[in-house]
Amino acid sequence: MAFLTLTSPHAQGGNQTQTVMQTVLLATIPGLLTLTWYFGWGTLVNVIIASLTAIAAESFVLHLRKRPILFSIRDCSALVTAVLLGLAIPPTAPWWLTILGTAFAITIAKQLYGGLGNNPFNPAMVGYVLLLISFPKEMTAWIPTSSPLSLVDALTANFAGSIGDQTVDAITMATPLDTLKTAARGHDSLAAIVLQYEVLQTNALTGLFGPGWFGANIAFLIGGLYLLHKKVINWHIPVAMLAALGIMATIFYLVDERYGSPLFHLLSGGTMLGAFFIATDPVSAATSNKGRLVFGAGIGITVYVIRAWGGYPDAIAFAVLLMNLSAPTIDYYTQPRSYGHDEPKRGTVKTGA
Amino acid sequence: MTPRRRIWSIPGGIHPPQHKTESNQSEIQQGHMPSELVLPLQLHLGAAANPIVNIGDQVKKGEVIAQAQGYVSCPIHAPTSGTIKAVEPRPVQHPSFSDSECIVIAPDNKDEWIPLTTTPEFWTQPAENILNLIQQSGIAGLGGAGFPSHVKLNPSKEFAIQTLLLNGVECEPYITADDRLMRERAEAIIVGAFIMAYLVEPKEILIAIEDNKPEAIEAVNQAIQQLNETWLNSSQPFSDIELAVVVVPTKYPSGGEKQLIQIVTGKEVRSGSIPADVGIVCQNIGTAYAVEQAVVHGKPLISRITTFTGQSLYKPGNYEVLIGTPINEMYDQCAVREHRVARLIMGGPMMGFTIHNDASPVLKTTNCIIAATEDEFPAPMAEQPCIRCGACADVCPANLLPQQLFWHAKSQNFDQAQHHNLFDCIECGACSYVCPSHIPLVQYYRYAKGKIKTIEIENQKANHSRERFEARQARLEREEAERAAKRAERQKKAAKAKAAKKPIPKEVATQQANNNIESKTDTAPSKDVTVKQLESKFHRAEKNWKDATKALEQKLKAQNETASDEQETSEDPLAKDRARVKRLKDKVDQAKQAWESALDESSSAPPSEEPALSPKELAIAAAQARVAVKKLSKSVENATDPAKQTQLQKELDEAQTSLQTIESQLAQATSEIKETNPTS
Repeated sequence: MAFLTLTSPHAQGGNQTQTVMQTVLLATIPGLLTLTWYFGWGTLVNVIIASLTAIAAESFVLHLRKRPILFSIRDCSALVTAVLLGLAIPPTAPWWLTILGTAFAITIAKQLYGGLGNNPFNPAMVGYVLLLISFPKEMTAWIPTSSPLSLVDALTANFAGSIGDQTVDAITMATPLDTLKTAARGHDSLAAIVLQYEVLQTNALTGLFGPGWFGANIAFLIGGLYLLHKKVINWHIPVAMLAALGIMATIFYLVDERYGSPLFHLLSGGTMLGAFFIATDPVSAATSNKGRLVFGAGIGITVYVIRAWGGYPDAIAFAVLLMNLSAPTIDYYTQPRSYGHDEPKRGTVKTGA
Repeated sequence: MTPRRRIWSIPGGIHPPQHKTESNQSEIQQGHMPSELVLPLQLHLGAAANPIVNIGDQVKKGEVIAQAQGYVSCPIHAPTSGTIKAVEPRPVQHPSFSDSECIVIAPDNKDEWIPLTTTPEFWTQPAENILNLIQQSGIAGLGGAGFPSHVKLNPSKEFAIQTLLLNGVECEPYITADDRLMRERAEAIIVGAFIMAYLVEPKEILIAIEDNKPEAIEAVNQAIQQLNETWLNSSQPFSDIELAVVVVPTKYPSGGEKQLIQIVTGKEVRSGSIPADVGIVCQNIGTAYAVEQAVVHGKPLISRITTFTGQSLYKPGNYEVLIGTPINEMYDQCAVREHRVARLIMGGPMMGFTIHNDASPVLKTTNCIIAATEDEFPAPMAEQPCIRCGACADVCPANLLPQQLFWHAKSQNFDQAQHHNLFDCIECGACSYVCPSHIPLVQYYRYAKGKIKTIEIENQKANHSRERFEARQARLEREEAERAAKRAERQKKAAKAKAAKKPIPKEVATQQANNNIESKTDTAPSKDVTVKQLESKFHRAEKNWKDATKALEQKLKAQNETASDEQETSEDPLAKDRARVKRLKDKVDQAKQAWESALDESSSAPPSEEPALSPKELAIAAAQARVAVKKLSKSVENATDPAKQTQLQKELDEAQTSLQTIESQLAQATSEIKETNPTS
């Protein structure tokens, strides 16, 4: 009689990468719905275009690499990248922008490094940064939440570049973070700054363009808490990132109110999406819990620095990529103290000689 | 009862489905007598036992059939009476699936014991006797590792043992052997614990049990109470030892020795150390029971409680089986549906071993046999890429970073793996259990550990052969030098002998005799030669050394220019070079020393000093002089020419006087020697 002979353990816990990825996808649904509610169908169209592109691009590269296609597609990791990128791209962005960004993210940032598990940078953010640098106008144009796009409008905006009889450019406007940046830089007269500032104060949460961002952030926070509950992510990265961002914002808000309140920073732009969905990508993040705290805090600080003094209104993508770069080093210096050792080990192996 | 003790928590851990109720609902049953018993000589950790029976021998139950080889080894006893059928390789549980040497016994079904000597009042005996008794009873850790118990129960005197910790945690799913044993034979376990306490002299005995075994906890507590009333009252030596049950929360792997010590005492066993180092001796409760059987009843370890479970058998439960019972001979009793067995596991589902052949016997360490169906433990799924999710790190009880260990093991970066404390991994399998990518992490760690050990052995061998080579070179050089010295000596002697044999060239003989007495300087030229040789050797060695140093410096420079941070790759060649330079430097020093000492010797040795001549040399000179005198006197007698005769007479006189001086010197020398060395 032939028995299966294997080394221990023989019991399997039933966790699956596929399930992990699907849970992440599930957790984006509140955010996706909120964005669609406030900004119209554009976001949903983006997500669908991105998903189709991601699957096509992944299959193509796997075919070129002579790897089993279905085996890798089934893990849903390409879909996660696509959905996160689709959520980050403005709803009025033309279709080719989404395709370009997603294809770049999957082929260059992910598969060329060896596919899932081997990419040093968060693929979605690599795609996003490519688009942001190459097409800054399209990538920073958000329509006002007072007039969400209908499905038809969204499709025409995406594929024809017009909404009704207007061009897309005509109806988009600056995001709150944009406004804040302009104000803080002192380009406007003092009166204008005061006006802008009052607009921010009164409208950030409830005003003309406030509730969209506020609502989206709350929705992503809810999705993030679900991920924590499902133990798909650990608390270390989001908590460290939000705490660092909050502390930075508090300090500078006390110095000068023009920098925007901590609450404003925590609930606008891509803060919550970044904290719970993007920074927590385990492949490109630091891996020990101590390392994750450093990693998250690094992102929080970098986000604030770029928002306050950098050249871009929001900074999640840059901050995440910069910290991705530091993750291996962080890992070397944040080993936990193992059982039976007085001190945690640090750094790389000290070679003799 | 004593108040609930404080317990500590361990990091990580998992809660796999327990599957304990299948087998823990019924009482322990006696296993059937099998048609043959197969006893591997390697039934324990350490050296294999040495068989002392021949085929055809009749043995009684409990008779020693194989002796321990050395201290870390155990004897093997016949589990029943019968005939030795064979001593041959048989299939056993072994990772390599290779057969192992076994003693096979055909039972006679009489089950006749050898005469047993009982020691119920063990405390009246010296501890060494009890320890010896345990060793002679072949007791090896029944928890799973099979380490000879007498070694663990005889900790070095430098450790002050605070706690004797009895491990009744049994945290692996499926296994209930310890659970049933505690429920049914708690008193024996506690007596066994006191026997062990008699040996290691702890301040307290703690019995740790997981909270998923309330019946066992109850049974042990009751047994303690009963013993307090009866046996413990009468036995004074233990009244000051505290005895308590510690209930620990159910979590795998709480029952790991190091983990349990942390839970119960909050202490950690230092990496690479043993529990005795923190004042703890940890023993399985099954071992305590075996110790009680051995000491109180005189019964050696010939049977154990084994859980037979798994979905392919109808009658799961705990059976008291004879060690050596082939697993397939238990099939009938447990009602195994043979066609459904897909995987046969010895031990638990987390750390057990698969068996390739179901004729393999039950061992001293076999706490469980799982006859699993395909559905129960399906074949592992294909390994997916690691996404570094860290689920493994979250469950690691040793606080390692399994994802990093995996990465380094897979890329064969063993230095980094060791830097991440690879050898502190206890292979509990929690990381593999939770891995969403189905990576067999523990296998990677075993691979890396094995590889590192192999590399270490190879390095040792390489060092050893290098040392051997160098020693050989040194020996050859030394021998060459010795041969040269001998050659020089022989030449000298030959020259001397030649000179002595020369046919009476008149005064030459006397002169030579005088010369011999007066000087030893004729050795000087050869000495000068060796000094010169040594000098040139020194210069040669110095040149070699300088060249090598230069080469090393160049290499260092090159390395600094090219490789900035990749120290690992460039370490080896440079280390070799450095070693070579050091070796050459040593050689230079040696050559210099040899040269200088030779120089000193040749300059300090006075060219002519009479006492330098030994009595032997004096005797030779005297003999030569005597010969010369004899020959001269003969020629004087034979001489016809008076002129020549007078001349010869004169020479003869001279020779005689020189002979006299030599003889007087010889006499003096010998008397001196006698004075200084009266015995000779």
